[in-house]
Amino acid sequence: MTVSLHQDVVCAFCGSLCDDLEVEVENNEIKKVKNVCAIGRNKIMHQQPHNMAPLRVNGKECSLDDAYNEAARILTEAKAPIIYGLSSTTAEANSEAVELAELLNAAIDNPSSYCHGPGVLARQHVGMSTCTLGEVKNRADLIVIWGANPMESHPRHFNQYSVMAKGMYVPDGRKGRKVVAIDVRPTMSSKNADIFLQITPGSDFEIINVLRSLAKNLKLEGLTDESLVGGVPLANWRELVEMMKASHYGVVLFGIGLTQSRGKDLNIEHILSLVDELNRYTRFYAIPMRGHANVNGSNQVLVWRTGFPLAVNFYRGYPRFNPGEFSVFDMLIRKEVDAAVIIATDPAAHLPQAAVKYLQSIPTILIDPIENLVTPWANVVIPVAPAGIGTEGTYYRMDNVPLRLKKIIDFPCPSDYEVLHAIKERVSHVKNS
Amino acid sequence: MLKIVNGQVYDPINGVIGEGQELLIDNGKIVDSLSDENCQIIDASGCVVMPGGIEIHSHIAGPKVNSARSMCPEDHYDHFMIKTQKTRSGTGYTIPSTYMTGYQYSRLGYTTAFEAAVPALEARHAHEELKETPLLDSGIYTLMGNNYMIMKILSEKDEVGRRERLHDVVRWLLTSSKGYAVKVVNPGGVENWKWNNGSVDLDTPVAPFRITPRNIMIGLAETVKELKLPHGLHLHANRLGETGNFVTTLETMKALEGYPVHFTHLQFYSYGLTNKGALRSAAREIAEYLNTHPEFTCDVGQIVFGPATTMTADSPMQFRLHQLTGNKWINADVEMETGAGIVPMMYKPSVLFNAIQWCIGLELLLLIKDPWQIVLTTDHPNAGPFTSYPQIIRLLMDSDYRNSIIDQLHPKTTQFTNLKELKREYTLEEIAIITRSAPAKALGLTKKGHLGVGAEADIAIYKMLKNKERMFDSPAYVLKNGKIVVRDGIVIDSFAGRRLIVEPDGSKCLPPDLVKDFASYYSVALSNFAVQDEYLLHPEVIPCI
Repeated sequence: MTVSLHQDVVCAFCGSLCDDLEVEVENNEIKKVKNVCAIGRNKIMHQQPHNMAPLRVNGKECSLDDAYNEAARILTEAKAPIIYGLSSTTAEANSEAVELAELLNAAIDNPSSYCHGPGVLARQHVGMSTCTLGEVKNRADLIVIWGANPMESHPRHFNQYSVMAKGMYVPDGRKGRKVVAIDVRPTMSSKNADIFLQITPGSDFEIINVLRSLAKNLKLEGLTDESLVGGVPLANWRELVEMMKASHYGVVLFGIGLTQSRGKDLNIEHILSLVDELNRYTRFYAIPMRGHANVNGSNQVLVWRTGFPLAVNFYRGYPRFNPGEFSVFDMLIRKEVDAAVIIATDPAAHLPQAAVKYLQSIPTILIDPIENLVTPWANVVIPVAPAGIGTEGTYYRMDNVPLRLKKIIDFPCPSDYEVLHAIKERVSHVKNS
Repeated sequence: MLKIVNGQVYDPINGVIGEGQELLIDNGKIVDSLSDENCQIIDASGCVVMPGGIEIHSHIAGPKVNSARSMCPEDHYDHFMIKTQKTRSGTGYTIPSTYMTGYQYSRLGYTTAFEAAVPALEARHAHEELKETPLLDSGIYTLMGNNYMIMKILSEKDEVGRRERLHDVVRWLLTSSKGYAVKVVNPGGVENWKWNNGSVDLDTPVAPFRITPRNIMIGLAETVKELKLPHGLHLHANRLGETGNFVTTLETMKALEGYPVHFTHLQFYSYGLTNKGALRSAAREIAEYLNTHPEFTCDVGQIVFGPATTMTADSPMQFRLHQLTGNKWINADVEMETGAGIVPMMYKPSVLFNAIQWCIGLELLLLIKDPWQIVLTTDHPNAGPFTSYPQIIRLLMDSDYRNSIIDQLHPKTTQFTNLKELKREYTLEEIAIITRSAPAKALGLTKKGHLGVGAEADIAIYKMLKNKERMFDSPAYVLKNGKIVVRDGIVIDSFAGRRLIVEPDGSKCLPPDLVKDFASYYSVALSNFAVQDEYLLHPEVIPCI
């Protein structure tokens, strides 16, 4: 019997990428995980060799070679394939996926196009003042949580990096900070706030407008301190602006409550402009609470290889970018793709029904460690060793800090990178012969 | 095996100036004889043969470059490369994607490039991108000028212990980040900005330890010297871009006399002040100083008219630029180490300030007498894209052309500059020096920047043309590691270059008390900090001697 203890393991569940996990392995099986949240533990304990998806072509068991050949056949015969997913796999696999997309003149997209994508687009309009999570821990004396519920989506974020964390100039942790939560309903996270502002759904844009006006001391015609803005009296917003200006190092943590509510990228453009303007008085920053552990990495790799973060199309032999035209959702709805590689995500669980329905009608290759809602009907199903458990590679944390994931145990299957590479080699062979 | 015949060879390090000389290449190196005389022959008749160009300071890979790419799709739409059998596609003008960056350098005859500013915490990102930036040997400079641990050590009383500990931390940072040189950006100024305090000068005490930029620069310059690093302290000094800053620049130079220092993008530091508080060129004052201090090197950071994307670790400067231009702005504070800012820009000949900046760079290039002291850069993409080098070469070699451009500048430009009076024209030898040999020497790269036996066979062959912009814009051949990678200005091959790193002698570990600080104040585990070997495809350790 071999027992081994792995330390400083990086968790590959959410965008926080906690890197202090302890994992106990016995006979190539993970027995215990410490310093981990409930979600991270479940995820790690579940992704073990005995839980792998089956290796299949058209519902029948097959060899890896058969699966690669069939995938290559589907892709070379397709006129307009799409490669989609990539938010829970390594930067190395992402890079190989972009290369495959280029080879196939395909479209390529990641879940940010319906998640934090609006924030990515807003940055193209106004930029963003941001900082790493260690700066939040060390310096932030005001944290504003907007449209996010880290206690449930990023369970260790507060303790490790933000609200509760003890840092260099905030040695008392929670006591040394003011915390404001803004959301449409009370959450586990808002319970930790000094001030909770419960707002009317869809009123974010209007609220930020008022905050920017207050920050600039503009007169707000027709509004008194009692007037409700987004369901909250103006006096409360005035107080918030004063807190922001009086802080030394303020940080807004924003979630998809802001990116995906009415206004979308305009909300983010607005909040980032507010953050920008507050830097005339003090230091102020914003951090997107990215969900999937490496969704940031998939943006990063696409950007360095193509110049664009999402919704990229190689149809003309070079990268073009147009969210709304080349995003996965729109391409499926408009039936503009005729084959799909789905990798490290579950579109059947995330995308609207019409998109899923069309996806079901085209040849689909699924590359994922475990079974998901696409597994039953995908034409080719290739199980892979999960990143951070069965294979190494790079992930980008929500604040752009890159970390190397470790391999903890052996899996009887290849990595995402290896699968994409093998398919690419075969496609390239067909294209060149 | 390969032979280059009939070319006029410019190899300043070996004293070869335009002589007809045969070059023999085997196994990626220049050799004195070939075992097989029936090898491939390149006929370089009517051509100039030079060592491959060396980029000493450029922002081409890593977190801030990628953030800039992501922020600026407008930079990419009209500038793209279509895939070929051998090459990958890409987009971007001032901030090209990784493959395109490699190809663009290659098709200018450049074969080595250094990324100028990387925080150790995010060095992995820069290495990932460089892995996909082909045809270039590359390295990164590690940011240390606002590093918490370095500032903490410098504030300690015990002088001997301080020196040792500083060595330890610098070695640890360099080897953890797989860096090549120590980079300082606005020492103390970035930390001061995080406290919302103002601009710093040489002797401004900086929170939290109340040490000064002078302390930081001298401490690190001393360490660089004592660790015998191949490249000197790579210094982006205080007060970049501020009118009247040449006074601080000269003070900084005086303070660092006797140390190996490379003053980067010096154009941005040669700003005088008129009686009315406006910008005038102080290139003459700076050049005069350097002309009597041959121990210092610099690069110019020449302005190019047109679009640029400013990006530096100098976050307060970038914030000023954002307020000045109203253009979009990225800022990124990095815990314990540094910050960064990005602002897109447009330099216009009709804007007096830009026109003066443009003249200042050229004045430095023409007034600094020894070409071994100044390297051609545009601080890419801060002052303009590196793809403008051929145009700058023409400006240097052709005074008629230069004067014709001066005539198109804002009419008042000549009142504040001296460029029009300068008649100097660069020779091809001098161009070879400022683009190849001088950077090789300043970087301590003994196998680069020349064509002697044993040198790496990184070679650029340009057709001799009267129009020097056209000549340097489209080399007939470029060889990387002895392989032809560019033919008539077109990239025909694509492979990864080497990663250049240093490994100074001595402990590479963090002192125990700082290990505690690391655990408390960084947001990653110490064991996850250092860049793993996997990120370097072909590492090469350049010796510290």
